[in-house]
Amino acid sequence: MALSELGIGQDGIVTKLELPDDVQHHLMHMGFVPEARVTVLRRAPAGDPTVYAIDGLEIALRRDTAKAIRVRESKEFEVTDVRER
Amino acid sequence: MSCCTPVSVEIPSSPRIPGKIRTVALVGPPNSGKSTLFNRLTGLRQKVANYPGVTVEQRVGKLSGIGRSDVLLIDLPGIYSLSSYSEDARVALEVLHGTMPGTPAPDAVLLVLDSMHLGRQLMLAGPILELKLPTLILLNMTDVMEARSGEVDSLALAQELGAPVAKISASRGTGLDAIGNFLARKNAEIQRPLQLPIMGNAASYRQWATGVSTRTKYKAPLSSETSRRLDRVLLHQIWGPLIFLAVVITLFQAVFTLGQPLSDGFQALLDSAGAHVGAILPSGWIQSLLIDGVWKGVSSILVFLPQILLLFLFIGVLEDSGYLARAALIADRVMRAIGLNGKAFIPLLSAYACAVPAIMSTRTIENKRDRIATILVTPFMTCSARIPIYLLIIAAFIPNRPVLGVFFGMRAAVMLGLYLLGFVAALATARLLKSSILKASSAPFILELPQYRLPTLRSLGLRLLDRAKVFIKQAGTVILAVTLVLWLLSHVPTHGGSFPQLADSIIGKLGLFIEPIIKPLGFNWKIGIGLLTSVLAREVIVGTLGTLYGGDPATQNLTLQEALRHDLHLGGAIALVVYFALAMQCTSTLAVVKRETNSWKWPAVQFLYMTLLAYVAALAANQIITRFF
Repeated sequence: MALSELGIGQDGIVTKLELPDDVQHHLMHMGFVPEARVTVLRRAPAGDPTVYAIDGLEIALRRDTAKAIRVRESKEFEVTDVRER
Repeated sequence: MSCCTPVSVEIPSSPRIPGKIRTVALVGPPNSGKSTLFNRLTGLRQKVANYPGVTVEQRVGKLSGIGRSDVLLIDLPGIYSLSSYSEDARVALEVLHGTMPGTPAPDAVLLVLDSMHLGRQLMLAGPILELKLPTLILLNMTDVMEARSGEVDSLALAQELGAPVAKISASRGTGLDAIGNFLARKNAEIQRPLQLPIMGNAASYRQWATGVSTRTKYKAPLSSETSRRLDRVLLHQIWGPLIFLAVVITLFQAVFTLGQPLSDGFQALLDSAGAHVGAILPSGWIQSLLIDGVWKGVSSILVFLPQILLLFLFIGVLEDSGYLARAALIADRVMRAIGLNGKAFIPLLSAYACAVPAIMSTRTIENKRDRIATILVTPFMTCSARIPIYLLIIAAFIPNRPVLGVFFGMRAAVMLGLYLLGFVAALATARLLKSSILKASSAPFILELPQYRLPTLRSLGLRLLDRAKVFIKQAGTVILAVTLVLWLLSHVPTHGGSFPQLADSIIGKLGLFIEPIIKPLGFNWKIGIGLLTSVLAREVIVGTLGTLYGGDPATQNLTLQEALRHDLHLGGAIALVVYFALAMQCTSTLAVVKRETNSWKWPAVQFLYMTLLAYVAALAANQIITRFF
């Protein structure tokens, strides 16, 4: 699923960045690397961009960019899912 | 305004002596606290220049902050990696390899890492340690990290990296003796790290950094609760934009309510200084030249120093506290609507100080068309060189009446309106460019929101000092030269040993010659001369008017404000500030645009477009105001 689909307060684990090389490179150095945990913190007053917490940083991305970042649900999330089932 | 600090540090050219450290490079990722540390270590003895052929700033200074003035410290640009992705990284690599012309090869490296995000910042340690130079690793902000229940085993880290590690706080200045000890070590042995990552790949560096941080028991600190709580209000859907507006309005109001008395006091001081010196001088042409020409011209611009510094103080507080990044986030929606990259917000914002560094900072915009569009609109932002003429005209023509209660008066409203005019012109021009000659797909917006922190007096003080120096230097060089030439041109040709009437002088003839072109704008020939001289730099007009009115017997005994009221009507006055809001009058900016775009085409387009727009807008302002008021 895409990072943009996560709601506020939800966590995800980055799996893949589907972005041009230079942008991908830049994002990786800001912490967006495979296996990094990312949390959705809040949206800007206009609803976009969105602020994400990753590796102790807060990074704002527009929806277009977040759409191209693939995430999977984090482990804690999967555990709760199992319990609910 | 030009933006360079005076040179006081010499770069040694003597060859390396083995085992002795003479030159040290300061390396670190952006926002690692590197600049704070640099200022701390070098004090005020630093030199800022550009590396040859590129626009990356070179900062060097002597390590006098820790009593080692014999060692030269080179501050490298903030970088995430050494791969040649950016110009900054390329420059850093060349300096570290000792292949940068004019910069001595470093004998040792200080690597600053922000311990708040050590996991990621360690990625830079790999390529730096591969250089095999003696390296000291400085973990910055460990005090804050530990206070927020973060942890790191610095001994294990030193072992893991094969280099000494010191915990420091650049902002408090603690732990810095480790640097002195490191420099004093004889024959510093370079150990090899246990295991270095494979070169050149972000993912492999990341993997290595993750391994190191796990083995050294690194625990990232919790993000500050205060910051999140503040953001809940400052980025709130309704409160956020309202507070943003309130902050901007307060900023402008403060420049008047606090700045006006300061400026008035300063003016009285300068005037009495001039009168004292004038009384000593024998009356005659020397007195006229020094007092009516030079002193009137230079002091008429110097009086704006308190207000400019006040504005910079406020902007400095906003920037250092971390609020500016939030403002960028709030403004992003608007930026996108006009097709500009969100990153363009930072150059546009710093253009409120000066367009020259702002245009240089557009290098962070990867897309070339986006970058040129940003460069072309940047000079519309109200730079500090416009403040003197704005303040002069507003104080002379706008009554001091409240608009929104006592906190927001008409003068502040007009000032804010002029700032908005420049901003709107920038947006409209960007929109025009992006939908015509510079069409491109939109580039991503990636913005780091720093934690809120209290600005330190030290960093604010340094900033203001730097500004004051630039401003005074400008007044002492360009403006001094212009006023001298003006005085001369307004006093020749002489008739039988006596000075001519101002209108009969060379400058008067020139002014009268161009008067027909500017008359529809409501300007007289003296303003016309001001427009001509201010092509050099905007603030020159105030000095010019000071000299012209000071040299004219009809207005000699009036203050500049009274003299202007005597000569201009409201329409012409407003047209004048509108003209200044939009026109391109800054040779430094044109030069930097030429250098950054590497062609004369863009500065020429920019000059013609802005001047034409300014003329038309000033014409409209004058016609509308004279018709309806």
